[in-house]
Amino acid sequence: MLQGAALNGDDRSIAGDREALEDPVAAFERAPLLRFTTAGSVDDGKSTLIGRLLHDCRAVFRDQLLAAEEASRRIGNAETDLALLTDGLRAEREQKITIDVAYRPFATPRRRFIIADAPGHEQYTRNMVTAASTADAAVILLDAQRGITLQSRRHAFVIALIGLRSIAVAVNKMDLVDWSRERYEELRSIYGDYLSTLSLQPVFIPVSALRGDNIVERGSQAPWYSGPSLLEYLETVPIERPDLDGPFRMAVQYVQRPDSTYRGYSGALASGSVRIGDPVGVHPSGRITRVTSILTPRGETDAASAPEAVTLTVADDIDIGRGHLLASPDDPPLELTEFIATVIWMDDAALDTDITYLMKHGTRTLRARATEVLHRICPTTLEPEDARTLEMNDIGKVRIRALQPIYADPYADNRQTGSFILIDPGTHQTAGAGLIEGAAPRRGEATHLVRHQGRVTNAMRQRLFGQKPITLWCTGLSGSGKSTLAAALEETLIAAGNACVVLDGDTLRYGLNRDLGFSPEDRAENIRRAAEVAALFNDAGLIVIASFISPYAADRENARQIIGSERFAEVFVDAPREVCEQRDPKGHYAKARAGLIPEFTGVSAPYEPPLEPDLRLATDRSAVAELTATLMRFLTENGYIAPEVEEDPNAPC
Amino acid sequence: MVISNTASRPPTAGATRPERTTLDALEAEGIHILREVAAEFRRPVMLYSIGKDSSVMLRLAQKAFAPGRIPFPFLHVDTGFKFPEMTAFRDRRCREVGVDLIVHRNERAIAEGTNPWDQGTVLCCARLKTRALVDALREGGYDAAFGGARREEERSRAKERVYSFRDAEGQWDPRNQRPELWNLYNGCIRPGESIRVFPLSNWTELDVWLYIRREAIPVVPLYFAEERPVVERHGQLIPVYPGTRLRDGETPKRVLCRCRTLGCHPCTGVIRSSARTVDEIIEELLQVKESERTTRVIDHDQDASMEQKKREGYF
Repeated sequence: MLQGAALNGDDRSIAGDREALEDPVAAFERAPLLRFTTAGSVDDGKSTLIGRLLHDCRAVFRDQLLAAEEASRRIGNAETDLALLTDGLRAEREQKITIDVAYRPFATPRRRFIIADAPGHEQYTRNMVTAASTADAAVILLDAQRGITLQSRRHAFVIALIGLRSIAVAVNKMDLVDWSRERYEELRSIYGDYLSTLSLQPVFIPVSALRGDNIVERGSQAPWYSGPSLLEYLETVPIERPDLDGPFRMAVQYVQRPDSTYRGYSGALASGSVRIGDPVGVHPSGRITRVTSILTPRGETDAASAPEAVTLTVADDIDIGRGHLLASPDDPPLELTEFIATVIWMDDAALDTDITYLMKHGTRTLRARATEVLHRICPTTLEPEDARTLEMNDIGKVRIRALQPIYADPYADNRQTGSFILIDPGTHQTAGAGLIEGAAPRRGEATHLVRHQGRVTNAMRQRLFGQKPITLWCTGLSGSGKSTLAAALEETLIAAGNACVVLDGDTLRYGLNRDLGFSPEDRAENIRRAAEVAALFNDAGLIVIASFISPYAADRENARQIIGSERFAEVFVDAPREVCEQRDPKGHYAKARAGLIPEFTGVSAPYEPPLEPDLRLATDRSAVAELTATLMRFLTENGYIAPEVEEDPNAPC
Repeated sequence: MVISNTASRPPTAGATRPERTTLDALEAEGIHILREVAAEFRRPVMLYSIGKDSSVMLRLAQKAFAPGRIPFPFLHVDTGFKFPEMTAFRDRRCREVGVDLIVHRNERAIAEGTNPWDQGTVLCCARLKTRALVDALREGGYDAAFGGARREEERSRAKERVYSFRDAEGQWDPRNQRPELWNLYNGCIRPGESIRVFPLSNWTELDVWLYIRREAIPVVPLYFAEERPVVERHGQLIPVYPGTRLRDGETPKRVLCRCRTLGCHPCTGVIRSSARTVDEIIEELLQVKESERTTRVIDHDQDASMEQKKREGYF
């Protein structure tokens, strides 16, 4: 038996009977979607409130209700515990707690909803931030008896941080305080004052989730309350996402190349709109081009707007690939390398200023370091305090250094281009969530950079040299034969009339990179600079043969992004370590074994072999001439250089 | 991220934010997820179970990669107990659309005569579905597999991420899931590990049918009402096929019915229904009082059945 208001779980229909509409299918199709999150401390009755909301909206199927009834009986409850409708995992039902964020849809004739339900106990910040990040609104629970707890204040703080502005405070368990108006007004006054310091203007609703008062229907228990029921609030609160109306932003996800005539750039609009003929800026290159077609899920259109998923074609043949940002040239994004962000830490391992994390921003994954914790929010006073690191569930302000510039907006302006996650490079856990504030105060670095653009196009350079520029990125262990192959290929190319250059790790370390060592961070910077140089040579029209151990896959991916995937080929110069060690042309292995070279790849530092290289050359099995021929064939077949002309015996020498 | 359009704000100059439905937003979200996985993983595969959800995923994939081809193969785990209509539909559809179809069966278990009647549904499922699936993913070297599961279907699925991380054995650890923020999915894995991806996470059964109607997507005829021979067992109507093992005293009767979900015919109940068109199915769904998984015998073979199967590697 259920307690409280009469319930007829049999009578489920999506339209319900609160509002008879002529065509419930059309109403369902038209109903806008509100995503909201719920926050409450343990025992505030959050699961019961959600169970009640679902139940009274007839969003519970008969078999699901029966399952909850049976489970209630098994744990010794005479009455059906509506919380069991939502506690999804066996461990939760046994321990009567909620473990993880759960997402549940339901609908009324006016609106559709997805509840992101975050548990209130351990790891509350991590879960609440996760749940709030996709929400438009929040419901905060207060226990009328217990009053405002530290948790209640933390919940409001996190909700304000994530940028939610539509807030309902459900003052629950009003039946336990005899629906006392004084108690309700007292809580409303104190909590309301606190929320206004966070610029939140919530709606307060006195409810009893257990009895069902003011959840879906307005109850008769509080004649002094004239506001909406919780559901009425959720059905009418404006669904506002002003950031979607911002300037055009679209991160390129995927390049469509069905044939040689079509090149489309796919992505979802993060904000704004785009029309055929609009100029768009491409970042990082800074080039500007025009949109020539827009393909949406409904077919070709003249215009598209956020949050549509589209495929665009553009007028110019410029380098655009995954991770690039297309943006309105009138209102460009910030170019940031050193920036300040609010970071919510989510990993067991505390934030480490010595680790280079993976950072996912938009559709790009790059490397970044949290170089300095400026402060953390004290979990008790909710005021900033000095800190050197952030632990799990801490919130703090952090200085971030991305190893390449990112193209972003402040989180306050754009939730998508202004947010990022940090991934632990070792465990691959999502370690932190970041909200971008803006550029960090510079320490004597150049500001106000403007990319210079001349009138000479890539096509003009290609005609001049009779070739398409590419970087052949040769990676492999020390002694695998990279330098030998690079030298042989260079000779062959020059002999065939192709302009090329060899970039070699050791050579660069004598000059450009002489300030760098062999730690993972310095290796990353070494590769970044080499890739920038390769990109410049490619811009000039040259073929680049880059010869770098480049042991980390992420660094090579970085190089690919800097150079552009269209003119980057990964060549795995592969020989077993034993063979390389035997060759040991520079005597490095011997020294490393003797402990004279720390962090030597293959001996005391890892090598991550490419999983899917464009070419794999086994130097222990084939001769240099044969492998050089393979490289030449690769260049010819992919159209980078012209096919070799049959040698003409009559030609003058 | 699904974002519903707000009509309350006046459009800014030059901006056109046309009226869009929730279904449009769900479609955009699904396409975004498909593209993200295709771009970030080396060998994605789509789990194609031939049902309505797979049919919707197929259409989303066509749209996500238009005007090009779908850049990953489809995998069907065949238990040998699928409805014959499903196999015929599968082969026809994959041919029409031009996708690469891989069919995987646990041949050893099939040769040993594994069936739900003798071994029981738990063991039969473990061998013919879960084992076969984990093997197929490992053999193909797939590092990402799309599935059509929706969060509303079952309470343990409500806790699933869009990117659901699985260890090298394909196991799910609900207590150790990666937090999923905004639309930033963490796809970092080590060799051998994989993710299951659910582009329809936020869809409901009704959304699926409304999309099938809007897009005129072909579905297996078993979804439409017809008179079919069935037997009644534990309150379920089980369809009778050649090979169906009848119990003593059972005589098939002809009932006007349809499948609400598709699975293996010995373990998939049908519902009494007269819905012969997609419109009629949509009407019926507005009245229905039971969740769609009630007709799946395997969901009820133990408490927290679905959770247990998912931990072991099931979708």
